[in-house]
Amino acid sequence: MTEQNMAERTIARAGIPTAEEILEPTPGAILQRRIFGHTSLVIGIVILASIILMAIFAGVISPGDPYDQVLSRKLIPPIWHDGPKVSWTHPLGTDSLGRDYLTRLFYGARISLFIGFTAMLISGLIGTTLGVLAGYFGGRVDMLVNFILTTRLSLPVVLVALAVISLIGSSLSVVIWVLGLLIWDRFAVVMRSATQQMRGLEFVTAAKALGCSTPRILLSEIMPNIANHLIVVATLEMAHAILLEAALSFLGLGVQPPQPSWGLMVSEAKGLIFFDSWLIGIPGFALFTLVLSINLLGDGIRDVTAPENRN
Amino acid sequence: MLAYALKRLGVAVLVALTVSVITFSMVYLPGDPAMALAPESASQEDIEHIRHVYGFDRPITVQYLDWLVKALHGNFGRSHYLNEDAATVIFNRLPTTMILGACAMAFALALSIPLGVLAAVHPNSIFDRFALTVAVVGQAMPSFWFALTLMLWFGINWRLLPITGTDSWRNFVMPSVVLGYYVTPAVMRLTRAGMLDVLSSDYIRTARAKGLRPMRVLFKHALRNAILPVVSLASVQFGFMLGGSIVIETIFAINGLGFLAWESIQRADLPMMQAIVLVLSVFYILLTLLADLLNAFLDPRIRVT
Repeated sequence: MTEQNMAERTIARAGIPTAEEILEPTPGAILQRRIFGHTSLVIGIVILASIILMAIFAGVISPGDPYDQVLSRKLIPPIWHDGPKVSWTHPLGTDSLGRDYLTRLFYGARISLFIGFTAMLISGLIGTTLGVLAGYFGGRVDMLVNFILTTRLSLPVVLVALAVISLIGSSLSVVIWVLGLLIWDRFAVVMRSATQQMRGLEFVTAAKALGCSTPRILLSEIMPNIANHLIVVATLEMAHAILLEAALSFLGLGVQPPQPSWGLMVSEAKGLIFFDSWLIGIPGFALFTLVLSINLLGDGIRDVTAPENRN
Repeated sequence: MLAYALKRLGVAVLVALTVSVITFSMVYLPGDPAMALAPESASQEDIEHIRHVYGFDRPITVQYLDWLVKALHGNFGRSHYLNEDAATVIFNRLPTTMILGACAMAFALALSIPLGVLAAVHPNSIFDRFALTVAVVGQAMPSFWFALTLMLWFGINWRLLPITGTDSWRNFVMPSVVLGYYVTPAVMRLTRAGMLDVLSSDYIRTARAKGLRPMRVLFKHALRNAILPVVSLASVQFGFMLGGSIVIETIFAINGLGFLAWESIQRADLPMMQAIVLVLSVFYILLTLLADLLNAFLDPRIRVT
């Protein structure tokens, strides 16, 4: 054994990368570089993470109680306005019932995220099941799923959601279920075409030849390979569900008062548009920022996992 | 073509029938429809009477078929609240919503097609970034908040446009912008993707090599082919817009179908709600049918598969 060889071995043992390893970064490193090189994805993650933290720690960081009404302190403007009542006790002011607006904003984030996430889970389960089955089996199954999909698409979402909620009465779980049952269409469309592309590939044929059962092929062969599409659609649909919840609450048939939903906060403030328009601006902007961050995240994930699909 | 058209028509009829079953079953959503109609002080006899008068005591299939046959004759029942024929009320309100939808679509196309073409001709340029920003913002903007914000600045602070009603064309400016902006991102992205695709194809290279003027290549050769999927997307989105105009019409107090729907929901006026859902769904089904037939007519490849 020569001395040079010994030296190389020592280097390898010490964990110092050799020349080849430096030239070829690991897949993880490539992914990491892609994520951090994607500005809008980073922005999306940062904003969304802060809103999620805001929602989780709403009880700790809020200056007050979201339901605490103090009528003597109603309609205090936020701190960037001038006025005798403006104070740092209420950084975003108070609403027409004297409730601290910042606190309600924090607690409203909880409701938006919770409804958006659970409605997305329900619709994702329905849409993915239908889409994967249609894409894998094709033929009659595909025709049936296509029929259900066309029927669903021909029903106007907001109108049907409003009508159904008004007939059975509004509550948090009713809103979640109605939205979940209505917005699965994009999941079905995307999962169907993704599965169709996978169906004919060698690894699926190999799994069939090995005698794997159909559920096994669907769940452990096809699903992991279309998971990136699933995540992208899931983020976009969560954003969609959040916007729909806000619209329903705005029209008075979503989240019910006194709960602090951002859509409901805009609705409660719309009568004051002539006098205290910041009451509309703040929750509306929060909603816009949340939906924007989720969309940036979804678009970013699509770009990073499948750069060839970027348009 | 005929075989394709007949098949597509058959699917449309089946979908319409399924939608009618769903719409009909809304009567049974609150549980017992007779109980839902009766006031709280109603006795058991009153409830039985209501059940008999409205025909809820018949077998459910008979009730559905009766309702369907009447609906096919344009009879959607009487509005519980207005005590008028639901179909008449709807057809009185429909033109306003159609005008709003057409204006909104015109705005959306006028914004998204030039932007999409510009973005595709100069990819990664400042136009492309601007178009992308317009799309990303449009997807995240809650329409009711956008509407109120426009109202605040253009209506209240600058006093440029009226904020409610339908007296003149100026009343339709803000609602059309809000409703149109909602469909802009999808149309813009599709125009851009289609143009990018077409511009890199062989026949465009040939046209350029022949020395045709760039504008002629762009509009006559490229856009014509890229616009086809945009047309069918736009017609589908028009259907969505009519359903989505409920929020906009409520905010701007536009006396159209959406506002009627909202009023009927507030008044628990079930026959009215059912009629509106059915009319909008059937309208959407017709739109997609027409779009599909048009596409199949223009592009023979669709008919065969």
